[in-house]
Amino acid sequence: MHISLRWFIVGGVFVALCLAVGLSPFASSNPDGLNKVAEDHGFIDQAEDHALTDSPVAGYAVKGVADEKVSKALSGLIGVLVTFEAALLLSKALRARRSRAPNTQLGG
Amino acid sequence: MHIPDGFMNAGTSLGAGAAAVGGLSLVARKAADSLEDKEVPLTGLVAAFVFAAQMINFPVATGTSGHLIGGVLAAVLVGPWAGALCIAVVLLVQALFADGGLTALGLNIVNMSFLGALGGYALFLGLKRIMARSAGSLALAAGIAAGLSVILASGGFAIEYAIGGAGGASVTTVAWAMIGVHTLIGVGEGVITAGAVGMVLSVRPDLVHGAADLVPGLHRRGHPTEGVVGGAH
Repeated sequence: MHISLRWFIVGGVFVALCLAVGLSPFASSNPDGLNKVAEDHGFIDQAEDHALTDSPVAGYAVKGVADEKVSKALSGLIGVLVTFEAALLLSKALRARRSRAPNTQLGG
Repeated sequence: MHIPDGFMNAGTSLGAGAAAVGGLSLVARKAADSLEDKEVPLTGLVAAFVFAAQMINFPVATGTSGHLIGGVLAAVLVGPWAGALCIAVVLLVQALFADGGLTALGLNIVNMSFLGALGGYALFLGLKRIMARSAGSLALAAGIAAGLSVILASGGFAIEYAIGGAGGASVTTVAWAMIGVHTLIGVGEGVITAGAVGMVLSVRPDLVHGAADLVPGLHRRGHPTEGVVGGAH
C-alpha cells in the first residue's frame, strides 16, 4: 500500500485534529511535571501572569464559549491549523531561499 | 515543561533569549540547506501534530501529568534542523494561548527545541549506530532517545534554575525532583515517539528522515548532518 504524500499529510492533519479537538478536552488537568515541582518546592507563586492573558484563546479556552470542553476543542482546532500554516510557510520560505542560492547541490 | 514568566530572573531569561535567537538563525540556515521538497509539507504536519499532542496531558504520578515534547519525533521525521524549528514554531504559537511565558520563551526554546530536538537527535544517532538496522529497532531507538531527551530537557531547566531561579528553593532538590518526574514523563514520550515513528515507517518509510540510509533508492541524497552543505553562505 502506497499512500501519496498529499494523502499522508491530509491523514496526518486529521489525526492531529482528532487529538486536539476530540481528545484534549478529556486530557488530565493535573499540574504538569514542572508545575508540580514548583508547587512542592514553593516557587509556584513566582509565576507571573502571562502577557497575552487577554488573548482570545488564552489558556486553551476560546473567549465567549461557555462550555469548557467545547471551548478547549475549538482552541485545539485553531491551534492545529495555525501551527500547520506557520510551519508550512516557514519551511516553504527556507526551501525557496536555497533554490535561489547559486550553490545548490541537488542533481535532479 | 513550559516555563512561565517569573521562574527565572531577567538576566537568565535574557541570556537564554539571546541563545535562542542565535541558535535558531543557525538552525534555520541549516534547514534551508537540507530541506527536501517532500519535507516542506511534512514540516507543517509534524509541527501541527506536536501542537496537538502537547494538549494531551497524561497522568504520570499522583496529582501530576505530563505531555509529549515531540523534539525527537520531529527531528527523526524531518531532520534535526527542521525538527528543531517545528518545536520553536509550536512554542511561538502556544504563546498566543498564554502557554509558556513570553520572557521565558528563550528558556523554553533552549530546553525543548535545542536540548529536546537537537540533543535528542544526537542521542538517536548514537543509539542507531549501536542497534541493529531494522525498522523495528529504528523505532525503538527513536523511542529511547525521546525518553532520554525529556530528562535532558529537565536537566536544562535544573541548570537554568541554578543560574537564576526565583523562590529560593534548594537547587539540588529541584534538580532531582525535575529529573525524577521527567523520567516518568519520558516513558510516555518514548512510547508515543516509537509508536508514531513505527507507524510512519510502515506506511511511508521514505518520509522518515532518520531512516534515510535504511531505504536507499527512496532518498535522493545522504544524510544532511554528514556534511553535504555547500558553500552558499
